[in-house]
Order: sequence, then structure tokens, then C-alpha cells
Amino acid sequence: MSNETKLMTVRDAIISAMSEEMRLDENVFLIGEDVGIFGGDFGTSVGMLEEFGKERVRDTPISENAISGAAIGAAMTGMRPIVDVTFMDFIVYMMDNIVNQAAKTRYMFGGKGQVPVVFRCAAGSGVGSAAQHSQSLESWFCHIPGLKVIAPGTPADVKGLLKAAVRDNNPVIFLEYKAQYNMKGEVPTDPNFVLPIGKADIKKEGKDVTVVTYGRMLERVLQAANEVAESDGVSVEVVDLRTLIPLDKEAVLESVKKTGRVLLVNDAYKTNGFIGEISAIISESDAFDYLDAPILRLAGEDVPIPYNHALETAMIPSVERIKKNILNLVNKR
Amino acid sequence: MAEISKEKLLHMHKLMLDIRNFDNKVNQMVKKGKVPGMTHFSVGEEAANVGAIAAISQGDFITSNHRGHGQSIAMEIDLNGMMAEIMGKANGTCKGKGGSMHIADLDNGNLGANGIVGGGMGMAIGAALTQKMKNTGKIVLCCFGDGACNEGTFHECVNLASIWKLPVIFYSINNKYGISTPISSVINIEYNYLRAASYGIPGYLIEDGNDLLQIYNKFEEIVKYVREGNGPVLIETLTYRWFGHSSSDPGKYRTKEEVDEWKKKDPILKFKAHLIESGIATEAELDEMDAKSKEGVEEAVKFAQSSPEPSLESAFEDIFVD
Repeated sequence: MSNETKLMTVRDAIISAMSEEMRLDENVFLIGEDVGIFGGDFGTSVGMLEEFGKERVRDTPISENAISGAAIGAAMTGMRPIVDVTFMDFIVYMMDNIVNQAAKTRYMFGGKGQVPVVFRCAAGSGVGSAAQHSQSLESWFCHIPGLKVIAPGTPADVKGLLKAAVRDNNPVIFLEYKAQYNMKGEVPTDPNFVLPIGKADIKKEGKDVTVVTYGRMLERVLQAANEVAESDGVSVEVVDLRTLIPLDKEAVLESVKKTGRVLLVNDAYKTNGFIGEISAIISESDAFDYLDAPILRLAGEDVPIPYNHALETAMIPSVERIKKNILNLVNKR
Repeated sequence: MAEISKEKLLHMHKLMLDIRNFDNKVNQMVKKGKVPGMTHFSVGEEAANVGAIAAISQGDFITSNHRGHGQSIAMEIDLNGMMAEIMGKANGTCKGKGGSMHIADLDNGNLGANGIVGGGMGMAIGAALTQKMKNTGKIVLCCFGDGACNEGTFHECVNLASIWKLPVIFYSINNKYGISTPISSVINIEYNYLRAASYGIPGYLIEDGNDLLQIYNKFEEIVKYVREGNGPVLIETLTYRWFGHSSSDPGKYRTKEEVDEWKKKDPILKFKAHLIESGIATEAELDEMDAKSKEGVEEAVKFAQSSPEPSLESAFEDIFVD
């Protein structure tokens, strides 16, 4: 495998991941609203219609239930569909197909059949689209046995994990963040670059405090970690989960044992959010004995996302608030 | 329409007998408390199931619903495995993890019964999409009840199938009631098949859903139309379930007279009379066929009863494909 990289946006990483997989496997196809000539609601399939044609870059009616059902039925009979859910909020119209059908089919049928389908969801707030177009709903799917849930936070991880999701034989919920489609980073260009699902990545090593995060919040956590290092000499270890289900528990527990302090950060609503699960896992493990301070959560506020920019911005953790929480943790004895 | 071979006619009769005898037996066992979970029976609906499924071919697919026993048996599932599954045993069709509502036979084109009303419709159009994209010439038969037509998924799936001209037959087996609710009280048209007009596809009513030949002949014509790439069809037939909705139905919503009236229209007796009248088989031959079918069901019960319980560990297997 070559080590060459290229500076790419998340959007281009997505297009490149899907296109590479479609070139490799004729069973892979993209299905969703406006994926064709429009190039996807977020531009995540620009140019693909031209390369692959309308059979494999398949525009649909506004029928999320039928889209998800068709993708699952196609997956059960040999295809490997990628569903562009567009705004993650619209996935509520797909819930029966994902939760009662895709997640359970193999189990209910006694281990027969498989449902290799990826649901790509544009999650999160930050673009002024208000309460019905801004949610990060990953915890719903983490609650359901039979689904994999992936939420990467860099262009390289997006590419490597989206390719892995397409190759996986299980239904996968894949979170993208609409506020980060233009985020840039170095991305390996080798078409064989694929990342393992279920493996966290230590994005920054440190010794004083662990911050566990994923998806959109990674960028802010890394910035906060660098700033507190500079301003207060605090050494932060950043554990990027990347995959929520299956969860790399060892990576989390190992880091907590090393630092004895942990802050959990995500942009989803706080109550019943996935970081609450991480907290419970730490509390139930032997890592609990290593803690020198209570586990802290910093999450989205428990309010529907407001439209006004200042209000919207204040509803999810900022770099400043992440820094403040890190410093509070370090100062706790 | 093409002449149906004697062999095929007799085989269809056998499948109807298998459905009747299998479900009668399961019902008896339910009453004795010998079945560990929920079941829905196909007794009374044998012709509606067998007539349609006998018209599709090897390699075609079906999706089924909660009342899937009849469809699975018409797809010629192994009765031993199916009975063991209903008994929750390790060597049941689904290793005892699915039960009556999730009987499937993926290797044989049966994409499974489904516990969610309308739940098979998405799968059906998706399976049909695969056939179209891969140009296999195979089709999908999507079976559901009258009540499922009021689910939103019905509209979305029929519409999608119609614009993409997918090779799928939407088949509403109208047994008059969604549990206790008469279909006439929940739709503002006389029949669901009339909705086909909204999607610009053909819609048909087979009035006597207990007449095997009526069902089979109409289906043969429709299967040909769909296989030729003309897009989906919506077809409805009228029949009746002799038993309650499920094993826990007190049956207060319909009169004994109504049930008795429908029992007089027994699809099996009707076809039996036809076979005798047309000289295809004698009454004695058909009675022997029935006796053999009953023996097969008894064997399935023995197989199920002597089958092992699943291990506790197996509950944690088959969640993900490795």
C-alpha cells in the first residue's frame, strides 16, 4: 500500500470512498433523494451519476420508508446498497425497516442471510437548519442489537471507515456532520486504504486527563487539548472512538487507567446519550479504581436545536467549555 | 390459459392439505398448552396461498406476513423444521429464535414471514430491484393482508415499484378482518385493489379466493406479465380465516353464522370435488393423500418433540455476520 496522501474535504473523502467501492464491486450502488443530477443534498455524490449512471446512482421519490426497505431487500438478495439518508432527522421515517427488519433479520432467521447496507446520515447542527434538521441521533441505533454505528471525525477516518462500512456484511449507521463536509485533512490515496470498524484511535497522547469523544466533537476536543497544553501545561489524551458499535472498550479503559481523569464529549442531547453508556462502562470496570475525580459529561443541551445562530451555537460544547471542563477535572482532587 | 398437468393439480391439492393438517395440528397443540408462543393460522386460506405460489417458479421470491404458515408450506418448506421452529427447538428453521412469525427459507426464495404489518413490502421491492438490476428474469410475490394496505409503507412501496417497473406482484389476501376490525370500516372504497389506479398499474380482484383454479389461472397470467418486465401488479382475493386472528383471539367480532357460512366454502372440499368430477383422482385416492399428509404432520410433531432445546449460548449468536 502506498503512503501517499492528499489534502481533501470530508465531502471529497465520501465521494472518493463510495466511488472506489463502486468500481471494485458492481453490487454496490447509491440510493436516495437527489443523489443523481443534484449530486446529493450536501454535494456528497457530485460527479457520480456521470461515472456510474442512473442505475447505480439511483434517485428516488421522497419516500424514506420505501428507500430503506428497498435497500434492505436488495441487500438481502445480493446487492450492497449505500443509502443517502440526507438529514439524519429523516431517518425516523425509516425506523421500522432499520430497527425491526435490518437489525433483526439474520438473528430471527437463525443466522441465515445478511443485510449489507450502509445508511449515511448528515447529523448535527451548525448550519441554521433548526430543530428538525440538526439532530445527532446515534444513541437510538446504539440501543438496538444488530446495528453497527460509526461516527468518524476526520476526512481520513471518514474515507477509511466508509469503505469498511460498505464492505461490512451487517447494517451500518454512518454519521457524517453537515457542519464538517468542508473540513480538510490529509487522506490516503491508495484504494486499498480501509480502516477497521470497532477500533478507537488515540488522536493525541497525554498523561493528565483523558477526553473520550467521536464524530464532530473531535475537532474541538483536539483544539481544546492543544490550547490547555499551551496555556496551563495540561497533558490531554484524546480517545477518538470512531466506531460506537462495536465499541473499543479497551482503548477507553486503558486511557482512563493511565490518566485517572476522564471527560466525555459529544454533540448529541445529553440525556440518554451515548457518552452516558461510556460513563457506565468505566464505572463498572476496574478502571473505576483508578479514577481521581468523578467522570464528567459534556454534551448537547436537552433542547430542540434553535434556529438563531447564537442560540444554536450555544447548544453544543464549544472549545471554551471543553477547556473549562478539562481544567476543572485536573484541579479536582 | 395453458392446461395444468394432472401432476401439478394433485400437488397443489397436497399442499393445501398440508397447510390444513399442519395448522389444525398446531391449533390442537396450542389448546393443550404445548406451543410455547404466538401463532397465526392459515386454515381457510389454503387456496389463496397455494394458487398464487404454485404460479411462480423456482428462483422467484416471496415475502410473507405474520400469517405466514400457509405461504411457507406452499413454498414447500421442510415441515419438520417448521414444526420444530414453532416448538422453539434448536433444529427448527430458525434455531428456535424466530418462531411462527419469522419462518423463512432464504435458500428457497422465501424471504420470511414478518411480525410487522407491511414489513415485508420494502424487502419485496428491494428483492425485485436486485432482479431488475441483475437482469435475472426472476420476480417477487409480496403477500400481505387487507389491513396492511392502510400502512404508509404500502403507498411508498407500490409507488416506487411502479415508477421503476419492478418485477413484483403485490398480493393482498383479504380475509375481511384486521384482528377484530372489518376492512370495510377502515377504507372508503370497496376493495384495496382499486388503489392500483393511483399508481398507474393493473389491479385485479379474484372474487373467489377459495377457488384454487381461479387463483392459479389469474396468477399464471399475471406472473407472465410481470416477468416480461411490465412492472408491478396489485391483486386482491377474498377469503376467510376459520380460526381467530391468533391463538389468543376470543372471536367476539364475528358471528358463528358468518364463520359457518365461510366454512361451507371450504377451498379444499371445493377442489377435491373438482378433481373427482374431472376424473383426475378418485375420492379414495384423495382421502389417502389426506391421510398421508396427516401422517407427515404427525412425523413433524414427533421430530419437533424429540428435538433438543437450544443452548443458552445460542441466544448470543447470529446477531452479526462475522
